[in-house]
Amino acid sequence: MTAMTFDKAAALAAAGEAAPSVARSEPVAETAVVKAAAPGVPAAANEGSAPSPKQPGRAGELLKGAARAALPPLIGLAVLVGIWYLATLSAGGSLPGPVQTWRAAVTLFADPFYSNGPNDQGIGWNVLSSLQRVAIGFGIAAAIGIPLGFMLGRFATLSSMVNPIISLLRPVSPLAWLPIGLLVFKKADPAATWTIFICSIWPMIMNTAQGVMRVPSDYMNVARVLNLSEWKIFTRILFPAVLPYMLTGIRLSIGTAWLVIVAAEMLTGGVGIGFWVWDEWNNLKVEHIIIAIFVIGIVGLLLEQMLIAIARRFSYE
Amino acid sequence: MKKFVQIEGVGMSFDTKKGPFVALQNVDLTIEKGEFIALIGHSGCGKSTLLNLIAGLTRPTDGVLICDGREIGGPGPERAVVFQNHSLLPWLTCFENVYLAVERVFAAKEGKPKLKARTHEALALVGLTHAEQKYPHEISGGMKQRVGIARALSMQPKVLLMDEPFGALDALTRAKLQDELMKICVATKATVVMVTHDVDEAVLLSDRIVMMTNGPAATIGEVLKVELDRPRNRLELAHDPRYIACRAAVLSFLYEKQAHDEKLAA
Repeated sequence: MTAMTFDKAAALAAAGEAAPSVARSEPVAETAVVKAAAPGVPAAANEGSAPSPKQPGRAGELLKGAARAALPPLIGLAVLVGIWYLATLSAGGSLPGPVQTWRAAVTLFADPFYSNGPNDQGIGWNVLSSLQRVAIGFGIAAAIGIPLGFMLGRFATLSSMVNPIISLLRPVSPLAWLPIGLLVFKKADPAATWTIFICSIWPMIMNTAQGVMRVPSDYMNVARVLNLSEWKIFTRILFPAVLPYMLTGIRLSIGTAWLVIVAAEMLTGGVGIGFWVWDEWNNLKVEHIIIAIFVIGIVGLLLEQMLIAIARRFSYE
Repeated sequence: MKKFVQIEGVGMSFDTKKGPFVALQNVDLTIEKGEFIALIGHSGCGKSTLLNLIAGLTRPTDGVLICDGREIGGPGPERAVVFQNHSLLPWLTCFENVYLAVERVFAAKEGKPKLKARTHEALALVGLTHAEQKYPHEISGGMKQRVGIARALSMQPKVLLMDEPFGALDALTRAKLQDELMKICVATKATVVMVTHDVDEAVLLSDRIVMMTNGPAATIGEVLKVELDRPRNRLELAHDPRYIACRAAVLSFLYEKQAHDEKLAA
């Protein structure tokens, strides 16, 4: 090959003497590539056939596995960005494209925690205050919903008393409760928290009650034969048996809460990612809205993954 | 010998959608202290129902059950149950599963070191000292059942109730656990009631075999006294004419007198 390229260079030099320096430099670069690749190929072959050093082989296998797992999602993302790019090309500039959004994101995330008064804060502060609202509303909902779920699961009469009410209220959009919250609390912030509370309490009640009702009767028979105290039954049998169901309820609740907070903040204002989206719409900074969509998605994904990891820690089979 | 467990005129019926279903009727049985009783019968004959009545997990609709001079009013650690599917709590280690029982029975009188010693002792009795810190899903089915037996024995029950304890195990593991159980019964002088559908198991282990008629409205059909010397060895018994006779008697009860007519009906 080297010989061929030199021949080619010679031929080029002989044919036309235009820019001989360029003609020379091209083949030189080519040979360099060939030389670098040539020893590389046999080396890789040796590594594959040699049986003694197993660890690099296994590491390579792992790397290959990781690449295989990561490749399809990356391709998917690339396709999405590609479609986005093409769509914004034809839309005539009303929707920002990936490049424009990326540039906006770089400046935005350069200083996520600035604060110029209540109506102009960095995206970091907005996300954190949304998360704080979700945490408070969800926390109160958990503190009420989980014990209530235990009681509904344990006492059939109470369950048949409360279940029709739950069935009636559960399908109501949480935002319908926002005016009630505004009326009662006279302030936007607790009203938003109240909305989160309402939307996240149902899955926790339902799943906890379901879990209590599904505690295997064998475990309860063990408790009865051992004649365990109510406290021991709760700590040693009921709570661990219900925990996986409870965690499912918590996961659903947090998911819904994160969905609802954006809508609630759009209506109530203040500091928060939902309000920020609306504010940027008023400023016509559409690229910021797209960034917010990504941020909301990523935060939701992280919350979900965190709870799945916790649930995995507490599964016993 | 003193009457230890008395079952007098016990009947049990359940309410179903089609009206009351009589599972047991006129069951009379007296069990002596230290006796090993096997309850045998076709499936659905109410043998587990009878065991649950002795355990106190269900209350009879007729008659009365007495244990050690007191009416059985509910479940309690004095009548320990070994459940068919081991029923270990999966979030506790083997040690903790047994400790839960030991703590319940002895914590009022004894300190922690003594309770722990009892737990170790119970697990050593079933040969599981090495698996104390394992979780139920980390050990085999036979080992789980042994933990269940250790849990029951650790409470020093007056009566040990076993509901087909070896039913889900393979033949070799079952034989091993039967041998272990015989040794444990000698060591602890336990009174045992065991539900089984395995004729060999019943003859090998028990002093008396209580054979139940087919349900509904099942009752005790025959009681067979197994007069074989202890300790019993399964290999020697295989050629013992008394063993063969007992086996034949139970088989004839199950497959001639109480032959299931379901197959004929179907």
